[in-house]
Amino acid sequence: MLHRESGVFKTSYAADMALYPLPIARWTILAIIVLFAVILPVSLHEYYLSIINLSLIAIVGALGLNILVGYTGQISVGHAAFMSVGAYTAANLAVKLGLPFWITLPAGGLMAALVGAIVGIPSLRIKGLYLAIATLAGQLIIEWIINHTPAISGGAQASIQVPRPTLWGHELKSQGQLYFFLLFFAALAIVATLNLVRSRIGRAFVAIRDQDIAAEIIGINIYRYKLLSFAISSFYAGVCGVLYTYYLGIANYEQFQIVVSIDYLAMIIIGGLGSVLGSVLGAVFVTMLPIVLRLAMEPLAGLFFSPGEMSSVIASTRLVLFGGLIIFFLVVEPEGLNRLWRNIRNYFRVWPFSY
Amino acid sequence: MKHTRRWLGAAFAAGVVALAAGAAFAQDKEVVFGLQCDRTGATQTVGIFLCPGYHDYIALLNSKGGIEGYKIRVVEIDHEYKVPPAMEAHERFKLEGAILESLYGTPQTAALTKKLEEDKLLGTSPGFGTAAATDGKKFPYVFPIAASYWSQGAAAVAFAKKELGGSLKGKKIAYLFYDNPAGKEPLVILEDLAKSEGFELRTFAVPAPGLEMAAQILDITGRYRPDFVIAHLFGRSPSVSIKELKGKGYPLSKVVSLVWGASEADIKAAGGYAVAEGYHTLQFAGVGGDFQVIKDINAMYQSQGKPVPAAQEVSVYYNRGVMIAAIHAEAARNAIKAKGGARPTSEDVKRGMESINGFTLGGMVPPMEITEADHEGGGWVQVWTVKGGKLVKNGDWFRAYRDVLNKHLAATN
Repeated sequence: MLHRESGVFKTSYAADMALYPLPIARWTILAIIVLFAVILPVSLHEYYLSIINLSLIAIVGALGLNILVGYTGQISVGHAAFMSVGAYTAANLAVKLGLPFWITLPAGGLMAALVGAIVGIPSLRIKGLYLAIATLAGQLIIEWIINHTPAISGGAQASIQVPRPTLWGHELKSQGQLYFFLLFFAALAIVATLNLVRSRIGRAFVAIRDQDIAAEIIGINIYRYKLLSFAISSFYAGVCGVLYTYYLGIANYEQFQIVVSIDYLAMIIIGGLGSVLGSVLGAVFVTMLPIVLRLAMEPLAGLFFSPGEMSSVIASTRLVLFGGLIIFFLVVEPEGLNRLWRNIRNYFRVWPFSY
Repeated sequence: MKHTRRWLGAAFAAGVVALAAGAAFAQDKEVVFGLQCDRTGATQTVGIFLCPGYHDYIALLNSKGGIEGYKIRVVEIDHEYKVPPAMEAHERFKLEGAILESLYGTPQTAALTKKLEEDKLLGTSPGFGTAAATDGKKFPYVFPIAASYWSQGAAAVAFAKKELGGSLKGKKIAYLFYDNPAGKEPLVILEDLAKSEGFELRTFAVPAPGLEMAAQILDITGRYRPDFVIAHLFGRSPSVSIKELKGKGYPLSKVVSLVWGASEADIKAAGGYAVAEGYHTLQFAGVGGDFQVIKDINAMYQSQGKPVPAAQEVSVYYNRGVMIAAIHAEAARNAIKAKGGARPTSEDVKRGMESINGFTLGGMVPPMEITEADHEGGGWVQVWTVKGGKLVKNGDWFRAYRDVLNKHLAATN
């Protein structure tokens, strides 16, 4: 993560696979936990916590998509639809049966995993752009079904009001309370993914991505693992949808449309395909950059324009800058922010004695 | 070189002014309004005209000294018609100390409904959001402040009835709608009215993005041949519907569009006023520049030596922006008055909003009466018809079938 090593002294596979290669890594993790669990919630205003909350939800979704696209090499443009599956499953369970979040959340994930595995069936025969179109069809079919099935959508408005999550009889509704709720699941998702990708399953995914025929020859059941990858990825998406539902207090399929799928693809491509840190960085980048750009421009634009003109100028400039920065970062490092971060680390590893 | 120097000069002057203004802020009395906009997203064709209208009206008020001694500061957030930035916008408004906020978009309104109630900050959702929000008892902090889709649907049927000679018995009405929740919302009212008025209703759904509807139009004009068409489309699809209906020879004088398919921009995109001649539109704010408030805004711009705002070319949306701003300001004014000039809280503003009655802004705003039970203000609309190269007022403010609507309102939730 943040530390520097003096060299590579690993003598066993276990040491190579360890999540914490050095004691300092453990301290770094501890410091990060303290930062996020104590310092940030105490020191930040609710507004800034709300931005972090949105990023935390996005991180869960981006991790899921990265498992499928980055690690297994199967493209999907139906990620947002799986979120809506999770969202409506949880909303219906919470409203009709009155179940608490610790049941609806995994249930939403499992339902999304099931639907995801079904939508993933074409991946057994087709790859690349063709698979993209097949998953696109999945996205549109799921949207249509939700829109036209009142039993799922809860009526013409297609939105279901969901009660706030409660913990030991305590309702979580302020941004600060929801922050801890979301932080817990985002952290869980990160740790789960870190462990998944260094497990037997994760390695099978990577083998399929790198060369599926070779993977089959060395004994990996690619049908099973491709569907498993779709299911796991959709599970994350479903959980992400449930988190949105609890965060906003409503399930509404209009917030999970095709553009959202594209947004998540953008997150993992900018962050770095096939990397956990990349998913996190990408999700944070795409969620926060537009906000940061606006906050940065507001005082500046206020000097030159009237309040009315200012909003128009900022809205357009922000879009141009956002697009420009995405291009800039991708040109500087096509492999994403994760690689950029590693390059910086590698530079400082031998600094100031680089040769 | 000359330019650079002028810019530097301007920047310096602006800096001094900003510093002075910053110092003045401390003493100046100020209230903050939050404004959510979509200037760059899926419905930017609305936002780029509506939001300038909002800002211009507030600027006009401020140039006259504000309301009850308070200047108004507008914080605008462009959410690109996405839901997460709308939540961020709401939190930002809270940070800035906003006393009310203007929501924009049906999914965004749905997503913020709960939060508004928890934060006790009122949000207005004119022309979108759920019709059930009319009921202020169930949705205490959401204010449609304009005809909901239910009211619009009922008004469209009443208008069709008038146009078809006072009776709908045995007539055929086609409902052409965008296949999303907002598009489907008026259906319950239309189906109910079809039974009570004795007309036949057939629905024609247009899937997103709504640019391709040749099959539906062919079905309407070739097979079904309705006596009247009620259209409820969004974005760029209204212009397609006008063009297609015209192309198939259906008389546009037998078409009425709900409020989001009713702007000058839609008519121009369809091929101009000559093509759309006869097309009826429902409006919840007056259309055109023939209102005192628009003239005042233009006079303000002229006195500053600036051209008249270009956004006025689509006066349907521009005027709606002005109307929203005017109602917000009126609610704040009521709140300040009620507190005897003290700074109002967001709950005071809610009560101020609920005491708006007979505020018409020179005929541009319907004669609404917002109460604690009725956050819609009565559900008034006006029909404006394309005639001779412009939109012409076709009758006064009206509303219809309130008993049917109330029955459905009572049945929701």
